[in-house]
Amino acid sequence: MNVIRGRAWKFGDNIDTDVIIPFKYKARTIDPRELAQHVMEGLDPDFPNKVRPGDVIVAGRNFGCGSSREQAPLAIKAAGISAVVAESFARIFFRNAINIGLPVLEVKGILEKTDSGDVLEIDLREGTVKNLSKGLTFRAAPMPDMLMEILKEGGLVNYIKKRRARSQ
Amino acid sequence: MNVKEVLDSEELTFAEKILTMKQVEPKSIKRAGEIAVVSVDFAAGQDGTTPLAIKVFEEMGGERVWDPSKILFVIDHTYPSSSVEISNLHKLMRTFARKQGIRVVEGDIIHQVILEEYAVPGMLIVGADSHTTTHGAVGAFATGIGSTELAAVMLEGKIWLKVPSTIRVCLEGSLSKGVYAKDIALSVIGEIGADGANYKAIEWTGEALSRLSIESRATLCNMSMEAGAKDAVVEYDAVTEKYLRELGRSPMAIVRSGRKAEVEDELHVECSKLEPMVAIPSRVDNVRPVREVDGTPIDQAFIGSCTNGRLEDLIEAARILRGRKVKEGVRLIVTPASRRVYMDALKLGILETLLEAGAVVTNPTCGACVGTHLGVLGEGEVAVSSTNRNFVGRMGHPSSKVYLASPATVAASAVRGAITDPREFL
Repeated sequence: MNVIRGRAWKFGDNIDTDVIIPFKYKARTIDPRELAQHVMEGLDPDFPNKVRPGDVIVAGRNFGCGSSREQAPLAIKAAGISAVVAESFARIFFRNAINIGLPVLEVKGILEKTDSGDVLEIDLREGTVKNLSKGLTFRAAPMPDMLMEILKEGGLVNYIKKRRARSQ
Repeated sequence: MNVKEVLDSEELTFAEKILTMKQVEPKSIKRAGEIAVVSVDFAAGQDGTTPLAIKVFEEMGGERVWDPSKILFVIDHTYPSSSVEISNLHKLMRTFARKQGIRVVEGDIIHQVILEEYAVPGMLIVGADSHTTTHGAVGAFATGIGSTELAAVMLEGKIWLKVPSTIRVCLEGSLSKGVYAKDIALSVIGEIGADGANYKAIEWTGEALSRLSIESRATLCNMSMEAGAKDAVVEYDAVTEKYLRELGRSPMAIVRSGRKAEVEDELHVECSKLEPMVAIPSRVDNVRPVREVDGTPIDQAFIGSCTNGRLEDLIEAARILRGRKVKEGVRLIVTPASRRVYMDALKLGILETLLEAGAVVTNPTCGACVGTHLGVLGEGEVAVSSTNRNFVGRMGHPSSKVYLASPATVAASAVRGAITDPREFL
C-alpha cells in the first residue's frame, strides 16, 4: 500500500456525504459493492461507470462534510478508488476513511494544479503526491503515528484484532 | 495529576479539562492538538450506522459488548421501515441488541432520547451520528463517530480523540420577537463557514444564554456540527440545573471552561440585532436574512428533526398557525422528535392547532430530513425546513431544493406558500 498510482478525478469544495452516497441507498444496504454503484451519483450520475480501479479523487476543502456515514468512504473504496487527496477533510470522514483503510491525504494547493485525468503517484510513507502528467510534487500534511499504524493494518478491524491477539 | 486542580484550572478549556479527566490512564494534562485515549461514558448508534457497526464488531472477533448498560440503539432514521431491505437491517439491530442486553428505542430521534433520558453534565458521549454534538446543551462532551469506531467502542469502551482547539461564541443581548436559536446558529455558520469549526470545539457563552432553554441550546449545539465542530457546549447553569432536577438526574461533573484558557477565536453576537435567517440551497453556510428570499414559492414545509422537532418548536409553529390555514397546494409536515414531545404537544392542544391549520402530523422519526420517507421531495420541488442540512438531494430528488430556517419561519412560509418572515404573523 505504500505507493499508489492512478488517474485523478477532480471535485470541488465541501463535497458532502449526501452526494457521495445518498441516504436512500445506505439506508437499505451495508454491502459496499452495492453502495459503490451509486458513489458520487449526486454530482456525476455516470461516475460509478467511469471510475477504474486505482483511480484517485482530488478535491478541495472540507471533503466528506455532513453525516457520520461510514458508507461514504466505504463506497469510494469499493468503487476502486485507491486514495482521496484533498485540501482538507471533514473530521468524521477523515476518521472513517482511516478506520476502513482508505488512504486520505491533506495536501494544500493540489486542487488548482491538478486536472481530471492526470496520473498521480502517492507515496504514503513519504507523504508525497507526484503529478506525473505535470511533473509536480506536493507534500501532504504529516499523519500522527497512531493513524499511520491503523492505515498500515488496512483499518481499525485488523489493528484491534492484532492488538488483542498480542495481549492474550 | 489532581482532578480537582484540573476542574478548577482557569487555564484549560472545557474540552481540555474533560478529555484530560476521561483518559484511560490519566497521567498528564492534555492540551489542544494532543491525542487522548479516553473512556466512554455512553455510546449510541442509529439505524443508518449501527447495522454496519454490528458487522464490524463481529469481524473484530467481538463476542460480548463492554457494558450493555452504557450502549443505546435507536431506530429513528426510517421508522417504521419503508422497505423490506430496511426492515431487515432493523431486525439485525434488534437481534444483536437482544443477545447483548442493549436497549433499543424505536421511533424517537436518537439525540432527543439521549437528551431526555441520559445526557448529564461531565459525561463523555460518542454517537454514530454526526449530530451527537447536541448533548453539549447540558454540559456533556459529545461527539460523532463512524460505524467502525462504534464497533471498537462497543468492544472496549474507549476511543482516541484529538483534543480540539476552541472557538468561543459570546451571545450578548436578547433575541427579538420572531428570532430564535436557529437564527443565531445559521448566522454564526454563515459567518465562519461550513468548515469554520472543523476539528474544533465551540463553547457557546454569554449572558443571552440565561434566557435560552435547554431545547434552544440543543439547537445551537446540534447546528455547531454544520460548521464542522467536533463538540459544542453550553456551560452548566441554573437552566441546566432546573432541567436536570425536573428529570431527576444529576451531573457526573460540572466542568467549566477556564476564563484565562487559550482559545483559537472568539466571536461576539449581538442577539438583538439578529433577524430571521435562512440557509440557501445547497449549502448550510450560504446564509441570508429571510427578507432577501421573501416570496420564493415552496412545495413543502417541514418541522421536525434533532435540530428543531422539540416542544418549544411546535409551540412556536402553533403560535403562527393558530386560526390560519396552510396554503392550498403546499404540504406542511410536522414530525415530533419523540413520543414525549408528541404527547406533550397533544396535551397542550398544539397538535389540534396544527391539524386544524392543515398540517400532517407524523409519528416521531427523522422522517423527511433524511429523504427516505414521510415527505420525499420530487423533481425540482422546493422545501423550507427546520432541519440541519440542505445538501443536493438530501430530502429527495437531486434537483429539489431545501431552505433551512427556524420552525416559525417554516410555519409562516407554509401559510403564505412562499418563504416568509415570521414576524409578519406575530
